[in-house]
Amino acid sequence: MVDTSVDLGFLKLKNPIIAASGTFGYGTEFSSFIDLSHLGGFIVKGLYFSPKQGNPPPRLAETPCGLLNSIGLPGIGVERFSKEVLPQLKGLKTAIIINICGENSQEYAFIAEYLDPYDEISAFELNISCPNVKKGGICPAQNPEDTYKIVKKVKDSCSTPLITKLSPNVTDVTDIALSAQEAGSDAISLVNTFLAMGIDVETRKPTLGNIIGGLSGPAIKPIALRMVYQTAQTVKIPVIGIGGIMTGRDAVEFIIAGAKAVQVGTANFIAPDSTLKIMDEVIAFCKDHNIKRIKDLTGTISLYS
Amino acid sequence: MKILIISKRLIYVKVFIALKNQFWYFKFSIKSSMFINQTALINKKESWDNHYFLLSLESHEIARESKPGQFLMVRITNSPYPLLRRPFSIHAKDKRNIEILFQDSGIGTSLLSKKRQGEKLEILGPLGKGFHIEDKSKKENISLIGGGRGIAPLYFLALELIKKNLNIKVFYGGKSSKDLPVAPKFKKDNITTLCSTEDGSKGFKGLITELFEKELEKNIPSFIYACGPQDMLKKISEISITHHIPAELSLESIMGCGFGACWGCVKKIKRGKQTGWYKICEEGPVFPAKDIVWD
Repeated sequence: MVDTSVDLGFLKLKNPIIAASGTFGYGTEFSSFIDLSHLGGFIVKGLYFSPKQGNPPPRLAETPCGLLNSIGLPGIGVERFSKEVLPQLKGLKTAIIINICGENSQEYAFIAEYLDPYDEISAFELNISCPNVKKGGICPAQNPEDTYKIVKKVKDSCSTPLITKLSPNVTDVTDIALSAQEAGSDAISLVNTFLAMGIDVETRKPTLGNIIGGLSGPAIKPIALRMVYQTAQTVKIPVIGIGGIMTGRDAVEFIIAGAKAVQVGTANFIAPDSTLKIMDEVIAFCKDHNIKRIKDLTGTISLYS
Repeated sequence: MKILIISKRLIYVKVFIALKNQFWYFKFSIKSSMFINQTALINKKESWDNHYFLLSLESHEIARESKPGQFLMVRITNSPYPLLRRPFSIHAKDKRNIEILFQDSGIGTSLLSKKRQGEKLEILGPLGKGFHIEDKSKKENISLIGGGRGIAPLYFLALELIKKNLNIKVFYGGKSSKDLPVAPKFKKDNITTLCSTEDGSKGFKGLITELFEKELEKNIPSFIYACGPQDMLKKISEISITHHIPAELSLESIMGCGFGACWGCVKKIKRGKQTGWYKICEEGPVFPAKDIVWD
């Protein structure tokens, strides 16, 4: 038997596999395919306070081993979410994490305060890194000062643990990670999508309606892994690795690089049961390598001497 | 074989959004139907000029649940390129099998066209809401208009309409005679089929919408079902409004997941006085022509 549990300090997960925000709807969309209680956790689609329509199509474009998107965070807003969706998630034996978005630090804090009393919520993930909403893809997590300001403001307005989700579209991601840590973030998750674009040479039009979007999928995995490694080397708080994880071996790579848990995103679209398959593959890896506890793998990268 | 069958649950949350002093109507639906995610055997393959292909996939579970206008998400490869599954309309079904008809039109369909009988494919379906046929009466005369690969769902639809003894006429257009691979199947089933080709190599020379307009001078149908390229569907929308013929159109889109999780496949749809982006995979792919807001 492999002990799959991992401990983020503020939150114990039954296993390190978390479904990533924006790829898992509100969770209920997947209850048809998998038993959600078998997940380490899942993160619901980013919520603004008010409902949002999202970006004009085309919102998706495929690239070699990757997916470009400019969905634009459409959603039902916090009030409807808490009344219509949260009651359905109550009782699930898994960590339910709410991804929150805002136009400014007040909006983030307002949402955190609004959802703080709900016991079924295990943590908030602060989406300060989505490239699709602000003009030109500028987002708060590209700047250490603004990152500090938002994290601090949210931390002061709620008691629910905070995970800060970082953008890879920065010069040095560890500067931003340190700011989030200093402001009181309980964990760091990275990376969100890479700013990218495509052009249809026949029509000369951008492949996305929003021109620029975010790249995800296996194409970004090596870059994401490098950033997770660098961040895990720098911060003291737990790091959750994200970026193109499609298989158990991909997940193990991130864990060896220093991640305590990982998020599975784009893979959910390709196979709706990806999260649990990846978990099975991680367990199989541990058995094959005589690893008794998954948590023992974190940060065990063996450098050349 | 792994089969996951879902309990039915339907939740609609109607949200009114105040945006720039105007109201956007926006419907959110969490789950609507029964999806089956399984590995299916390819038990028949047909091809036409190495350009159009038909695969018959063994899945009595999906076959049992499928209705005309619904679709499958098909995983092309286990490798990461091409990454996404591809959506295909259900072309026909019997008790054990479902068929998809497709054109080699890119990396995904090219790879799929090389699959052989006896190989297996991961499929997910039946997805989306199909054509509405329940309310059609024998008094009606119904036109089905398909352009190119858009004929795929209309064959399944035609067979179901015939089962109800309805009076139907099929309009089937393509660039050349090579783009009308399933015309003989309609003929075999004694379905009146009028063909058009842009190069005149078969039937009427011109667009299928031109042929349809010509026929309108003789006879106005009571209902239109159509699937095909965007320009064709846009023209049919115009015709349907001008001549007061209700129509249902099946839309095509790139899709991330096919079951409503990614929000990637939206179309601007008018519901009542409000418009909003609706998911083609979940709310469609079939929409009433009068509701579609064209670019």
